[in-house]
Amino acid sequence: MHKESAIREPLILGHKTYTDITADVCKPIEDKAPKAWYVLFSIALVIGLYGVGSIFYLIGTGIGVWGLNKTIGWAWDITNFVWWVGIGHAGTLISAVLLLFRQKWRMAINRSAEAMTIFAVFMAGIFPMIHMGRIWVAYWTMPIPNQFGSLWVNFNSPLLWDVFAISTYLSVSVVFWYIGLIPDFATLRDRVKRPIPKKMYSILSFGWSGRAKNWNRFELVSLVLAGLATPLVFSVHSIVSFDFATSVIPGWHTTIFPPYFVAGAVFSGFAMVQTLMLIMRKAMRLEAYIHTRHVEYMNIVIMVTGSIVGTAYITELFISWYSGVEYEAYAFINRFSGPYWWAYWSMMTCNVISPQLMWFKKLRRSLLFTFIISIVVNIGMWFERYVIIVSSIHRDYLPSSWSMHYPSHIDLGVYVGTIGLFFVFFLLFARFFPVLPIAELKTILKSSGESYKNAPDTHGHDHAHDDNHNTNNH
Amino acid sequence: MADKVIYAMYDDDDVLKDGAKKLVAKGVKVSEVFSPFPIHGIDPIIGIKNTRLGIMAFLYAITGTMLATIAMRYFMIEDWPMNVGGKPNNTYLQNMLAFIPVTFEFTVMCAAHGMALTYFLKNKTLPGLPAQNPDPRTTDDRFVMELRLSENSNFTVEELNELLKTTGYVELDQKEVN
Repeated sequence: MHKESAIREPLILGHKTYTDITADVCKPIEDKAPKAWYVLFSIALVIGLYGVGSIFYLIGTGIGVWGLNKTIGWAWDITNFVWWVGIGHAGTLISAVLLLFRQKWRMAINRSAEAMTIFAVFMAGIFPMIHMGRIWVAYWTMPIPNQFGSLWVNFNSPLLWDVFAISTYLSVSVVFWYIGLIPDFATLRDRVKRPIPKKMYSILSFGWSGRAKNWNRFELVSLVLAGLATPLVFSVHSIVSFDFATSVIPGWHTTIFPPYFVAGAVFSGFAMVQTLMLIMRKAMRLEAYIHTRHVEYMNIVIMVTGSIVGTAYITELFISWYSGVEYEAYAFINRFSGPYWWAYWSMMTCNVISPQLMWFKKLRRSLLFTFIISIVVNIGMWFERYVIIVSSIHRDYLPSSWSMHYPSHIDLGVYVGTIGLFFVFFLLFARFFPVLPIAELKTILKSSGESYKNAPDTHGHDHAHDDNHNTNNH
Repeated sequence: MADKVIYAMYDDDDVLKDGAKKLVAKGVKVSEVFSPFPIHGIDPIIGIKNTRLGIMAFLYAITGTMLATIAMRYFMIEDWPMNVGGKPNNTYLQNMLAFIPVTFEFTVMCAAHGMALTYFLKNKTLPGLPAQNPDPRTTDDRFVMELRLSENSNFTVEELNELLKTTGYVELDQKEVN
């Protein structure tokens, strides 16, 4: 085992043993669901179904039911798409990037953060699909031989890059998540008594037996997948930003977009993880595994990425003036003082000022404060996308076609509906899946568990030497 | 041929690791270890070689790169060259910058899915397959060491049991397998 400094706060509080970890994580699955779960699930389901209804109406009637007009041809749908994809950036960042950096605190949150990621990317995927209007021809985005002559999709277009980026990101995230889940499903399979759940978990666990060679492969596959997923995380939101950056619209045509979008995505993703995790740890009594220290680490990430985003906003503003391009300058003057000033200043307050409060240790260790800020940040990040998209196009080169965007009730219904569906999925996950990686938590118990950490080393000192032989350990 | 298998169960990963080291030093072959999580450092002791899945991932990755390049060259240069503002469209190299994002994504897609599939097949873990761990507790907090008599023909069952006694197991079990 790698020794960890005694000054560091333990990551697993209380005097847990291996079997305690299993029991703590499996308990919410084995127990009857609390009443609150049914209440939340019903609310989420009703909202989600309203969204599904709105989508059916939209597809049946056509995208004319959206609040778009001839000047603003792209607004609510792309805002929501980028918002959800951004949220979907935290999970893989936590499980892949933090794995490469050997951050043990990721163990407590990676499972549910990645579930959150997958569901968020699902929700994101809805928007480009429905905005086609004729969803049944969505497969036209794929380069497949067709009856229209030798007509192919345009590989020069960032919109097509998006098709590849999002589908790769979603499928690789699902695989990464599921490979980690298999040993934990095996734990559940060997624990549950009732025949139907046993059968289900038996199928889900793929017959995992925990042989030494299996674990050897498991560790390497996790490491390589992390190595592949890390550039993937950065590429996905870079490509999303290319949707705008490669156009010649003042306000979009900006080289700063890729890093700025990626930082913003991590920022909003971590905020969503905080929102969900703070409720989950309480509801499922996982306070020993996800505690103030984890929240603090995540708040530091929020602070850093929030600062990057803030710097990007101000750089953008400065460059619009410094470039000397009057259209560019006008786009930004219009942003902060035009009819959408309230959206711009909401974005500035939520995304630039609020994360700076995390410099205070008291605040970033306060769970209530974190919860409030995490919601504020996601509101701010929604406004960021709305500001970038709508405020840049609502006043184009021809003042006679200047216009405003007002969302229709179908716009609102679809958006709120995706939030509902997202929670439906997340609540189902929390009910039936192990929300913490049981096997991985056990590997850090001896180095970061409270009872082991400060105990004298009883097993001699030759273990550190053994570890050197295995290059895959972490 | 029927074979005798001895399962020694431990309640701590480090005890099992020390035990395995002792047994191996005496010339015993430890056939398998079942554990609820990876025991770091057990592989060289019981003679498990590092997996070569990483090499496979690389091979899948370059397959993806190649496929993406060949396909995009065919679609965009050969079959339907696009004339965007008169920019050169007759060589792949001059147009390549626009193709890098898709090449990258497809490389990652092939590497990740190829490796994951190989991992499932090599591990023999697929939906519906039966579990093979000797005791359900090995996915909770127990660690089991498996000794096969056929692989330890220099020892009798009694000798192996004697040796195991010094390793501090918590339970011992014997089974006849085919």
